[in-house]
Amino acid sequence: MDSSHLGDYAVFGVLLLAGFAFVAAAMTANRLLRPAPRSPRDAPRHGGPAEVKGSTYECGVDLASDHLASPHAPHVGDNWAQVQIRYYVYAFLFVLFAVEAVFLFPWAAVFAAFGAAAAVEMGLFVGVLALGLAHAWRKGVLRWA
Amino acid sequence: MLEIAVKLVGVVAAFLILPLLVGQTEHKLMAHMQGRLGPMHAGRFHGWAQLIADGVKFAQKEDLVPDGADKPVFKLAPAVALLPYLLVLLFIPLGPGDLVGSSLEMGLFVVLALVGVGVLAVLMAGWASANRYTLIGALRGAAQLMAYELPLVLAAASVAVAAGTLSLPEIVETWEPWWLLWQAPAAFVFFTAGVAEIRRPPFDAPVADSELVFGYLTEYAGLRFALLLLAEYAGIVVISALTSVLFLGGWKGPGPDSLGWLWTLVKTGALSMVVIWLRVAWPRLRVDQIQALCWKGLVPLALAQLVVTTVVALALR
Repeated sequence: MDSSHLGDYAVFGVLLLAGFAFVAAAMTANRLLRPAPRSPRDAPRHGGPAEVKGSTYECGVDLASDHLASPHAPHVGDNWAQVQIRYYVYAFLFVLFAVEAVFLFPWAAVFAAFGAAAAVEMGLFVGVLALGLAHAWRKGVLRWA
Repeated sequence: MLEIAVKLVGVVAAFLILPLLVGQTEHKLMAHMQGRLGPMHAGRFHGWAQLIADGVKFAQKEDLVPDGADKPVFKLAPAVALLPYLLVLLFIPLGPGDLVGSSLEMGLFVVLALVGVGVLAVLMAGWASANRYTLIGALRGAAQLMAYELPLVLAAASVAVAAGTLSLPEIVETWEPWWLLWQAPAAFVFFTAGVAEIRRPPFDAPVADSELVFGYLTEYAGLRFALLLLAEYAGIVVISALTSVLFLGGWKGPGPDSLGWLWTLVKTGALSMVVIWLRVAWPRLRVDQIQALCWKGLVPLALAQLVVTTVVALALR
């Protein structure tokens, strides 16, 4: 824990900015080289692709036959969908393990200094979680087909 | 100051060159594995300039954003997919001593956090496209990436316990050849989960070009699509490099330390070829098979490895 940390994060920040600069430079080059977006000049040749280019790339699921006329015509189904309660348990399981992982890393770094006591405590922690996973497995939470 | 600038330039150069090398290798290796020649024309000699030609083409293409899309999110997603991998490269030690962008003490933690950003890019791209295929692809991707985060992190924790540090250069420093045996299950779990994290075959259900058009990437075209593809290949480089640094001893190998960087590159390249081979040789796993492999296979295996690592580390102390 010394002041070089600040420098490390500064380097990190500079690299992040350099990354955004790379993407921005690429998109700027693209802007200079590409044709105008949906230029009207390609409209007469292909029966108006300029209109259709912006439509959603889906097929075979349209109820509205005039999809080409209005690209936002409603599709099959509505906006309301129900999800099985099972997914809630699954999300729960993930959070449990994610929290475990957060505790695991600091423990791994200092484990050598504390020795057997630290190992036993983490063993209990991991054991309880493994038991939880086994329980979920047996309850059929881990079935997707 | 100058030294930092040189390092940053090196990281950016590696980020721009290595993914292209992997991509070109994939073109040729995959072709030959399938009894084809692959690209032969661009650049005359065995199509070496194919990806440069592709890049020139992509840079000239129209910038299409669907009318129904959430435009700012749609446009930002490629950058969110790409930049975490650039930042990961900062922490990967190429050789002993000073041959690393940043030897942050908690490097391993930061690297895992950065790899975890991928799920955000997948959801952004899939949701903002306002398309059913992209949405299904994105939700598949989210479920897959969340699940495989766990074995990835647990396997990495095993190495951290073995080495007693979270700094990547120090992990390589303490690594010894017999760890290849001791940490073999963790290495397998990490690499498998890593391939799933970057959505490469056989874990490409989120893209699944034969069922979902192109999954969460369906609506992308032109340069934004190229950036997303670049992210995929940068992901291969990052996962291969991380696996070789954590589990295969990074720069360690026969020969003088001054040639260590070559070992890191050779190991990373070899693992990248394994990733390419997986694409050629393995059929795509179904969504439920992907989840089952993670929760019923890799997570228990990683937990067991963690216990074994702790016990052995305790005995060695």
